[in-house]
Amino acid sequence: MFIAPRVADEKDWIVTDTGPWEIIIGLEVHAQVASKSKLFSGSATGYGSAPNTQVSLVDAGMPGMLPVVNEFCIEQAVKTGYGLNAKINLFSRFDRKNYFYVDLPQGYQISQFEHPIVGEGEIEILPIDGDGNVGEPVTVGIERLHLEQDAGKSVHDLSPDETYVDLNRCGVALMEIVSKPDMRTPEEASAYVEKLRGIVRALGTCDGDMEKGNLRADVNVSVRRPGGELGTRCEIKNVNSMRFIRQAINFEARRHIDIIEAGGEIDQETRLFDSVKGETRTMRSKEDAHDYRYFPDPDLLPIKLEQSFVDKIKANLPEMPDVRKARFMSDYGLPEYDARILTSDKTKADFYEVVAKGRDPKIASNWTMVEFFGALNKSGLELEDSLVSADALGCLIDRILDDTISGKIAKGVFEKMFAGEGTADEIIERDGLKQVTDMGTIEAMVDKVIADNAGQAEKAKENPKLLGFFVGQVMKASQGKANPQAVNKILREKLGL
Amino acid sequence: MAQEKSKPKNGVTAKDVKKIAKLSRLHVEADRLEPIAEDLNGILGWIEQLAEVDVEGVEPMTSAVDMAAPLRADNVSDGGKRDDVLKNAPKSDDGFFVVPRSVE
Repeated sequence: MFIAPRVADEKDWIVTDTGPWEIIIGLEVHAQVASKSKLFSGSATGYGSAPNTQVSLVDAGMPGMLPVVNEFCIEQAVKTGYGLNAKINLFSRFDRKNYFYVDLPQGYQISQFEHPIVGEGEIEILPIDGDGNVGEPVTVGIERLHLEQDAGKSVHDLSPDETYVDLNRCGVALMEIVSKPDMRTPEEASAYVEKLRGIVRALGTCDGDMEKGNLRADVNVSVRRPGGELGTRCEIKNVNSMRFIRQAINFEARRHIDIIEAGGEIDQETRLFDSVKGETRTMRSKEDAHDYRYFPDPDLLPIKLEQSFVDKIKANLPEMPDVRKARFMSDYGLPEYDARILTSDKTKADFYEVVAKGRDPKIASNWTMVEFFGALNKSGLELEDSLVSADALGCLIDRILDDTISGKIAKGVFEKMFAGEGTADEIIERDGLKQVTDMGTIEAMVDKVIADNAGQAEKAKENPKLLGFFVGQVMKASQGKANPQAVNKILREKLGL
Repeated sequence: MAQEKSKPKNGVTAKDVKKIAKLSRLHVEADRLEPIAEDLNGILGWIEQLAEVDVEGVEPMTSAVDMAAPLRADNVSDGGKRDDVLKNAPKSDDGFFVVPRSVE
């Protein structure tokens, strides 16, 4: 039964001339299992291979070929189930979902309809609005997780009147994670997908790569009067970025409201999100929709898991993002914001822990988040592809803490490290950036600057704010290498402040 | 008691036959819809006699053998046979299957 008891916060209502509306959102996320071979065949799953080179006769739907279940995929589904705090079903079964399409040679998709491998669970999300404000935590129910086969890929632009089909992806294992209709804003929906992504990446069950389509969402949207009767929902297929998810929901909710207010009715249908135009449009006509005539796949016996098998998986689960976040706050004393950003993704959190080892946790966090993540964002690189390792960033921080260079110079050194010019020590040595800490040398620079600006020096006695000007001049004269604390101290003495 | 050829409770209509044929990509002439519906109802009625058996407390059987699915290790052991896979395709080009355009 489809129920949605939670009513959106008043601030999240969409208010029109006819009154307030709230959006009801549920998601079906498809996460590709990080397996080497397919769910029912021994073909490879790698991305970007030449067309139809990763296809067995099973995948191609040849008559008489029989599927055999990949044990690793079963394990990953169970693991993910635990990550979703969900019930693991020791008995599950594969069913056939029947439909005809050019990228589905069997004429049916093997999926789990009546007996999914994972049942109900729940996760907690923190919605964040466009200005970065963190909202109240929201609990999102998980309806189920089941295993199914992916379809092949259709290419429509190689010929004007034909479709080219590549079956490499056909039969790759997907975990379909179905949420309850518990989300009420576009931000909650994207926070949910972000959270799921963090969970599967922490578990290593899916790489979470949305650009390659390894994690993608079908978004169910309807509108209703706050707390009122549920509206008819539309399903927007295969939305593959957090931003598109929010855009698609905003557009779809407005479309529903406009239709209802004009006295029309919503057709329950499957829609497509056009990311260029930022709108959704009809994909399949209603008459064919949702008549898949499921029945148990006679080629496959049911999956019966031993309690010991699932217990072993549970005992070996890695640290989950929420637990890690709490630990970052308690063990490293980090603010919630730092802990949240750093633990949103496993590779980020792993990187930070190496940087923080034996160093001030907050300085390590600032350098990791501001400089390192900032540079990654700017360059569009993934953390894995960065030329700066966590150890190398740690060494740079050491050079600040031991007064070899100032924090300001360090930023310049970091840029060069990021560009692949070498380690912090190599760059400091090569460019002669070592901080001047010799008091005599600094004093000489200070004397020269005061002599060159005698008039200003006089005024400084009356107007201590001019100290900043002198600090600037000395730092400039030293090309940024003078130790700023020493410069301040000597200037204060010489200027009589 | 002699059973007359029973009609199933929720029998299929000519309209259902048309729909199922469409979903199955089968061409059925209009004048065949009614006779096929009648045939199907005959079959369904016969099958429905099974409902007379008392199955209280019996687990549904989904396969003829009481065993779990055998599982295989996650190794790449197949694929790399593009020419075999494409061999029966009416048309292929550059390693792809080529079919009539599936979108407008």
